[in-house]
Amino acid sequence: MPQNTPVATAPAGTPTSISQGSRTKGGIGESTLRPDGTLKVTGEFAYSSDMWHEDMLWGHTLRSTVAHAEIKSIDVSEALATPGVYAVLTYDDLPTEVKNYGLEIQDTPVLAHGKVRHHGEPVALVAADHPETARRAAAKIKIEYVELPLITDEASATAPDAVLVHEGRADHHIGHVPHPNILHRQPIVRGNADEAAERADVIVKGDYTFGMQDQAFLGPESGLAVPSEDGGVELYVATQWLHSDLRQIAPVLGLPEEKVRMTLSGVGGAFGGREDLSMQIHACLLALRTGKPVKIVYNRFESFFGHVHRHPAKLHYEHGATRDGKLTHMKCRIVLDGGAYASASPAVVGNAASLSVGPYVLDDVDIEALALYSNNPPCGAMRGFGAVQACFAYEAQMDKLAAELDMDPVEFRQLNAMEQGTLMPTGQPVDSPAPVAELLRRVKARPLPPEQQWLAAGEEADVRALPGGLSNTTHGEGVVRGVGYAVGIKNVGFSEGFDDYSTARVRMEVVGGEPVVTVHTAMAEVGQGGVTVHAQIARTELGVAQVTIRPADTQVGSAGSTSASRQTYVTGGAVKHTCENVREKVLEIGRRRFGSYHPAWATAELRLEGGKVVTDGGEVLADLVDVLESEAVDLELEWRHRPTEAFDLVTGQGNGHVQYSFAAHRAVVEVDTELGLVKVIELAVAQDVGKALNPLSVVGQIQGGTTQGLGVAVMEEIIVDPKTAKVRNPSFTDYLIPTILDTPTIPVDVLELADDHAPYGLRGVGEAPTLSSTPAVLAAIRNATGLELNRTPVRPEHLTGT
Amino acid sequence: MRVNFTVNGRQQEADDVWEGESLLYVLRERMGLPGSKNACEQGECGSCTVRLDGVPVCSCLVAAGQVEGREVVTVEGLADFAKQRAEHGCATRACGTSLQDAQQWEAGPQHSQTGEGAELSPIQQAFIDAGAVQCGFCTPGLLVAADELLERNAEPSDADIREALSGNLCRCTGYEKILDAVRLAAARQEEAV
Repeated sequence: MPQNTPVATAPAGTPTSISQGSRTKGGIGESTLRPDGTLKVTGEFAYSSDMWHEDMLWGHTLRSTVAHAEIKSIDVSEALATPGVYAVLTYDDLPTEVKNYGLEIQDTPVLAHGKVRHHGEPVALVAADHPETARRAAAKIKIEYVELPLITDEASATAPDAVLVHEGRADHHIGHVPHPNILHRQPIVRGNADEAAERADVIVKGDYTFGMQDQAFLGPESGLAVPSEDGGVELYVATQWLHSDLRQIAPVLGLPEEKVRMTLSGVGGAFGGREDLSMQIHACLLALRTGKPVKIVYNRFESFFGHVHRHPAKLHYEHGATRDGKLTHMKCRIVLDGGAYASASPAVVGNAASLSVGPYVLDDVDIEALALYSNNPPCGAMRGFGAVQACFAYEAQMDKLAAELDMDPVEFRQLNAMEQGTLMPTGQPVDSPAPVAELLRRVKARPLPPEQQWLAAGEEADVRALPGGLSNTTHGEGVVRGVGYAVGIKNVGFSEGFDDYSTARVRMEVVGGEPVVTVHTAMAEVGQGGVTVHAQIARTELGVAQVTIRPADTQVGSAGSTSASRQTYVTGGAVKHTCENVREKVLEIGRRRFGSYHPAWATAELRLEGGKVVTDGGEVLADLVDVLESEAVDLELEWRHRPTEAFDLVTGQGNGHVQYSFAAHRAVVEVDTELGLVKVIELAVAQDVGKALNPLSVVGQIQGGTTQGLGVAVMEEIIVDPKTAKVRNPSFTDYLIPTILDTPTIPVDVLELADDHAPYGLRGVGEAPTLSSTPAVLAAIRNATGLELNRTPVRPEHLTGT
Repeated sequence: MRVNFTVNGRQQEADDVWEGESLLYVLRERMGLPGSKNACEQGECGSCTVRLDGVPVCSCLVAAGQVEGREVVTVEGLADFAKQRAEHGCATRACGTSLQDAQQWEAGPQHSQTGEGAELSPIQQAFIDAGAVQCGFCTPGLLVAADELLERNAEPSDADIREALSGNLCRCTGYEKILDAVRLAAARQEEAV
């Protein structure tokens, strides 16, 4: 077998630049179309799973079949002897002393070392000439496990004799947690909740449970690693943050970062599930070992084990209010199950704690949020990131309080709604518009969908409009309607003092007699439409029609993560900032060449518009073609949003967040009370987006986020057997996500109240609609059935009591 | 084994196919047609939807050997397929691809890297225009299914659209813009008649 023979040709599916012209100005505020749209509808857009290289091998990961066990032995001999197999790797084959990785804490083994801590942990790798050969060879690897006691919840994690999920922790959280099986704990204390409670006329307490949700992006983890002549590797992969991957991959391979050249391949959705590494290091290890390109593509089953999930949570809340409907205080305790490895759990804890109050005025609070280490599947980032679980609970509390006070649930919320200037529980003032009451007013003012709409088409009931749908389980008998409301608050951008910057390279030159702009960033386009927006920003700032978007790669500086609703804000901000500097350079060239011809070059505010240099009065001074001639202006610059600071570890005080985003939902449901089936009829949403850079994409984000919230309200949950900590439903047959029949009409009302701190006044959009959607649906089901329903997702047996 | 079948009007042959290989695998890995996507391999998500003798099927559930001698249309051939249907009133097996047409088949003009200038079917254009494409992974399967719906039902109601597309999962859009796209394509089709 050849060892380390380099290969040189570019694989099929290598991403290329995408150019887009525009007949209109095509700038911000227009619903310009996706530049990658044509490639995506013709099937030509290459996703990471479509990458192909001549002579490539297929990698396969062998994963643990038990959740917590010592590995007594691994025997790979039979696998290695299988015809078609080129390599089998285990922990012992890792090339350097760096054998762990992780986003914040490097606690995740590249391959299991002596122990597995969760079901589905990678133990060995196989490379073979056919994926089925690799899979069958992996099945021949013999692993002897000795099972260990399981940590599956808070009680088992903190029991006096609890085994430790991680022995000898040395991370920066160990000093402030009450137990080594608690990864991170963030208290927030403001005012005096006990004293304030004495003013309360009503006190409402509740215990809530939030199930484990999967991102369920449609394009499974995949990528291609190609060994290169200099001993490095080219890696084509679907990720949310190239440079974060790079920082984790290179040390394990023992390569300097410049020898791990990463290119973003087509990404089939992400939603947080691609923040952590999956197959990246594995494919590189196999490629470097065999000297051949290696492709790894997870199937859906493996994908459920290949990425972290949304933290399941137990939440205890206590709220008080006066008879006239004013909140007095809030106490809460949020326990998130982080699973076996840290992933993004510490940051999720910070979010859950700091956003636990919701978008309400509350001066006296006592908050505790923590994440456990357990032997359950690792949990980390998913759209909404800690704010989702809290919103589910505090919105249920708002309804309970309103009911206790005999008040309208929307009016009660409006009476306590935060506004610009309100202090967060962290003491941070909300210093941009916070139209919480207005968003609620808008969803409430919308006319309700007609009753019994299953009869709309004629005499016969259209079962497609009824709970149970085409299963034909009811024609309207036992069906009751309910309406529910919810509102939420999400932070935008990375928080707690993180240096959250982006880089953009922008080049302006004349090509074919036309000024064109090329934008190069490392931003991961995961479907959100960042590439569309970058072209729009370039047109607005530089007055051109034709924009080329270069593929995202590590040849340009970091763009940060496509997470936390931050990319339009931060990488968009970087593109804007770099364009502004390119414009200044272009104007300098213009002044040098033409300054003496017209005084306005020196005196007027100049803009670039329609391919020309124009004064603020609209007078044309020169064509950009004449200004630039054969010169190109090419700049790569970083841009950061205003800094944040860490939360105090005892009081939780600190200006931890950059910006907030708000959405409100009204859900209308129909419930077949006999069978416990729910049909969501309408899910209306209102959201403040600051400025919609691309209204069509903004509405698409809001509808998509809303639907993921709907999913975890009525169907989506990874079921982990508490006795074995094994995942019981890792497939789309058993883990259900909403189909087009489950998803209602989603009317969207977009507000644009500018945030003066942000580029163009924009507000991050992607996550807020995922928060309030779930509690709105739950509230509607409670309204329909009169049941308490303190857990999500709601299953039929919760509604029928059977 | 060897399998012979027609893909997008062109006769194709695949050698060394394992008995267990799916039509999807053969299309993607042996014929260089990765447009059909693999997202679940269980027939739950519809990302791999192709037409098999005119009928939409999940190609992950069709054994490659079953396709012997039959006609397959994938997203890569959808524009041509729709064009032929518009010109000849039929693009399915019922009217068939003439031997001459099949022999003269060639890949469409190599568009620029953007794909701009590509000739699209009405449903493909409508998906772009309506904002029905985000990550795009579900798009090929949805396009094949939606095109088939419009072929048999030129004026589908919303309930018809939902029923026809209920086998295709999308995680990004919340489906609203997909409904918009099908409505738009139907309306444009109506105008064109």
